[in-house]
Formats: sequence, C-alpha cells, structure tokens
Amino acid sequence: MKKLSARRRHPLAALVVLLFALAVTGGLYAAFAPADKAQADDTAQSLAIKEGKKLFAVGCASCHGTGGQGTSDGPSLVGVGAAAVDFQVGTGRMPAQQPGAQVPRKRNIYSNAQIDQLAAYVASLGPGPSVPDKSQYSAAGADVAKGGELFRTNCAQCHNFTGKGGALTNGKYAPTLEGVDPKHIYEAMQTGPQNMPSFGDGTLSPQNKKDIVAYLGAVNGDKTASPGGMELGGLGPVTEGLFGYIFGLGACVAVAIWVAARTTKAKKS
Amino acid sequence: MSETEENLPSERDVAHEGAVGKADNPFADPGLPAHEHRIQDIDERAAKRSERTVAMLFLVSMLATVAFIASYVAIPIDKIVYIFPIGHVSGLNFALGLTLGVALFCIGAGAVHWARTLMSDEEVADERHPIEATPDVKAKVLADFAQGAKESQFGRRKLIRNTMFGALALVPLSGVVLLRDLGPLPEKKLRTTGWKKGIRLVNQSTNLPLRPEDIAVGSLTFAKPEGLEESDEDFANKIAKDALMLVRIQPQNIKDKQELAWSHEGIVAYSKICTHVGCPISLYEQQTHHVLCPCHQSTFDLSDGGRVIFGPAGHALPQLHITVKDGFLEAVSDFAEPVGPSFWERG
Repeated sequence: MKKLSARRRHPLAALVVLLFALAVTGGLYAAFAPADKAQADDTAQSLAIKEGKKLFAVGCASCHGTGGQGTSDGPSLVGVGAAAVDFQVGTGRMPAQQPGAQVPRKRNIYSNAQIDQLAAYVASLGPGPSVPDKSQYSAAGADVAKGGELFRTNCAQCHNFTGKGGALTNGKYAPTLEGVDPKHIYEAMQTGPQNMPSFGDGTLSPQNKKDIVAYLGAVNGDKTASPGGMELGGLGPVTEGLFGYIFGLGACVAVAIWVAARTTKAKKS
Repeated sequence: MSETEENLPSERDVAHEGAVGKADNPFADPGLPAHEHRIQDIDERAAKRSERTVAMLFLVSMLATVAFIASYVAIPIDKIVYIFPIGHVSGLNFALGLTLGVALFCIGAGAVHWARTLMSDEEVADERHPIEATPDVKAKVLADFAQGAKESQFGRRKLIRNTMFGALALVPLSGVVLLRDLGPLPEKKLRTTGWKKGIRLVNQSTNLPLRPEDIAVGSLTFAKPEGLEESDEDFANKIAKDALMLVRIQPQNIKDKQELAWSHEGIVAYSKICTHVGCPISLYEQQTHHVLCPCHQSTFDLSDGGRVIFGPAGHALPQLHITVKDGFLEAVSDFAEPVGPSFWERG
C-alpha cells in the first residue's frame, strides 16, 4: 500500500486510475445489463407475436387500427386478452363479414396456429384473460346440478333454460349454445363478446364456469336424450301450445271432415 | 235458359215430386227426400264385414291396453331408445304414449264405423209441441198460491214481513266480513325492501360479499342483501323485492347526475324487478347499457337513471345508492321509491 501511495503523483497515475474505473464500469454493466433485444427476438413467443402482427395487419387492422387501438368501425383491442381473440376468430365471428346489429357465427378460416399467433399479438397489447386450458372446461370434477343453478341465475334470461338462445332488442340476439365448443363457452363468459356482459373470475369463479359448461354439455350436448321426444326447439310452452293448436286440432278437424265427406249410401250421387 | 226459369226447380224434380206442382203452390213443403239404403242395409255379407271391422278395432284397442300395462311393467324408466324421426327418447314414454294412443283411437274409430254402417240411419221427423201448461193447471196453481199467501198471513202481519226482509238482507254480510281473512294487508311491505344502511351486497353466484375490484366494466353480477340465505323460509318472498343487478359503466358514459352520485366508480346497482308487472329483468346488453324485460319488452337505459326507453313499463328502474366500506360494497339506504310494479296507492 505504501508503494502504491508513493507513486500517486506519478505522471501516469491518472491514466491508470481512469483505465481501471472504465474497466470496472464496463464489467459491471455487462454483468447486470438486461438481455438485449436481438436475443429476445429468437423466442417462440415473440416469433408468434411477430407472425400475429402480420396476420392482424391483413385481417383485422382495417377496422381495429394498425396497432389494435380501434377506429370508428371497430373497438380497441388493448386489454381484451388472448381468450377474446380465440373466441371471436375461433367461432368465425371475426373477421366480420359486414357491419350490422350483431356479427353472426360462421365458418372459421384460420388455422389453430394462426389463431394462436393472432391471440399472442393481441395479448401483447395489454393484459387480459388468457385462453383456458382443457382442464378448466372439461366436465371432469364439475357439479352439473350447481352449474344448472348458476346457468339459470346468470345466463338463462337471454340464452334460454337449456341454452337454445333468444331474441334481444333491435335485431340483436343471444345465440344458441348448441354445438358450441366448451372452450368457446368458457371464453365467452370470461370476455363478454359483443353485447354479452362478461362474467369475470371475481364474480363467477373458474369452478362456477366449469360447472356451467358441464351443465350445458349435459342438457344440450350431441348425445343428450330428450325423454319426451320432439322438443320443438326447446323454446317453452308457447311453441308447444302453438304446435298443439295447429297440428293437433288441425288433425282432428281434418279427420272429421274426411269422415263426413264420405257417404255411406249404396248409391253414390 | 231464360231469366224467369233460372230459380225454378228443374223439370226432373217436378216429375219426381209428382202431385206438388208449381202452378198450385210454389212454396209447398217438399217433404223429406226418399230414404236411400246403405250397402250394409241391402247386403248381409257387407253388414257382416262391417261387424268384423268394428270388432277388430275394439280388439286392437284391447291389445293396445294390454301392451300399455306390459310396457309399464317391463320397460325401465331410464331406458333411452333411438326412434327414427324423433331421435333419442325415453323408451317408456314412447311405448306408453303409442299404446294408449292406439287404444283410444281404435275405440273412437270403431264407434264411428259402427254408427255409420250398422246403426239405423232412417230419417225421422220429430214434431215440436208447445210447452205451455193447460188453462186448468194454470188456474189451479194461481189459486193455490193465493190461498197459501192468505193462510201464511204474510200480507196482514207487516211486522213479521219487514223483520224477515231485514234478517235476509243482513245475513250475507257475514260472508263479506269473512273475506277479510283472504290475507294480511300489505301495510308498508310494498314500499320497503331488505336493503338498508350498512347492508353488504352479496354475490348470488358465490355467496360472498362483493368488492368493487371484482366487478369489471361490461360485466353483470347479481346480488342479494347480506343475511338473506336461500335456505330461509321466506327467501322467495324477500328476493322478489331485494334482487339486485350490478353493472359497471365507465363513469364518463353515465348521463344521469344522480345515478353517478349513487354509484361507486361506475358500479351501479339497479333493482332486478321490472316496474311493469314485476318480471325479473336482466337481459343486459353491455355495449348499449340497455336492459330488456323478456315478458313485455320494456327496455331501460342503465346509463341514464334506468329510464324507460321502450315498452309498457311506467316507471324508471329504481337504483340503490351504494358505497364502499372496509373494501366491500354496501347499501347507503333502502331504495328511494317502491320497487316492482305500480300499485294503487303508490302515488
């Protein structure tokens, strides 16, 4: 130490100290600096976002804006989450064919991989619900009876008691839930597509949602039996009464007319 | 054919009816047409055939009834079968319906066939007779009545007559008074609900008190007052007034000043009971903030004080004034006006 302090007035001392300080600063920076951009771009996630952005520019940007910020023709997608994209594109509702009271379900034109890329891009715009995984909406571990109770409290007012759908105002309607993928039902509850209110995890827990999906599978699935037969759309007493009056009474009247119109006389005149 | 002949019977009809000529009396009663026989009346073999048909129908009905009982016994109640145009149905329901239908139809069809082919179909004229009594009988009845009135002294003893009228007039009043037992008077019950200051809002789905951060913009939640449980004896009566729907609207989208003051950061609480005839309404459209009643299509705007924008409802939807205490949503007071349909004294 004495030797070092003896040379502190050497003409090159300042240079040595400067070099030393630079080396330490640089080393510390290299050790603690965040990973730089070029590295991150190689992960699968950011590749998906990049691809999704390209798909978005082609299929969605005309209404939702180039950055998903929304325009007069379409709402902002910041914060809607991957679940909303998976629902809207997966059921074919988006891209919309034409403006109107309500965008209908139609054939989906995107592959699953493309939907995932779009979802990754939209999810990167702001935090929102993510796509549920199979264990969240499968019937295993669900309480169908509880699901029915929850469905009648929260959903049946618009979607009918067994999810057959119903009319709303000005051409809007609650669509039938028949043949809808359980994943899409789950996502619709999470995100509240179009005029449907959302049922977030804070007010309707994931287990509640699972129960509701299981209930719909039980009453409205492909293999659901109808004990009485002839459901007539499952729309309730109005359709059943109308059917009874028109076809039941109609058949009775037709038989009565047929009987009376045929004479029993031997001589037909 | 000339105009004068058009409405007259044809030559053939005149010849057929013989003596009745148009010259004598054009309005003469032509009488009944001649009876025509059925084939069963002429041909005994045809009659036998009809008999066998009717008996066969009755026999099929008997067999169908036996089949009905047999299916009731044999088919398990949860057996599901596939029937072509109908789909998967309960085998028991289908068998019972089919056999009972066949049994009833065959009885009816047999009876109709029997009546049409075998029972006599001779036309019979049945003259009507006056229903008035003969003068003798009439005179006797009137005389009996006058004698009875005289013997009872009804006309002479006016005190008895008047008190009897009084007694008869008062007796029905006891029936009128008993109508009071039809039910307790509603008193103040129509004007108040279970909500009052400090009662927490409890989520109807999870049965947990609601926090403002649980309720997202565009969501719909149903709430009941804390302390009201589904197991309560009078739950149905109470929830019919207390049911609440909670929605969250961006505060800048709320048009009504009082609604904004009664909300908490855009969370508004409205009665779920339609002001028309009290149906539960919750067909909420989150983009328009309209709520539609499924019964008569009354539509309310939840961003504008629950104003009626369509339909027969006469009052805006009542809003509950809410606030936050200790992190949970709670009521500030009861509804400011009666919830549900209008009533006579509502004002």
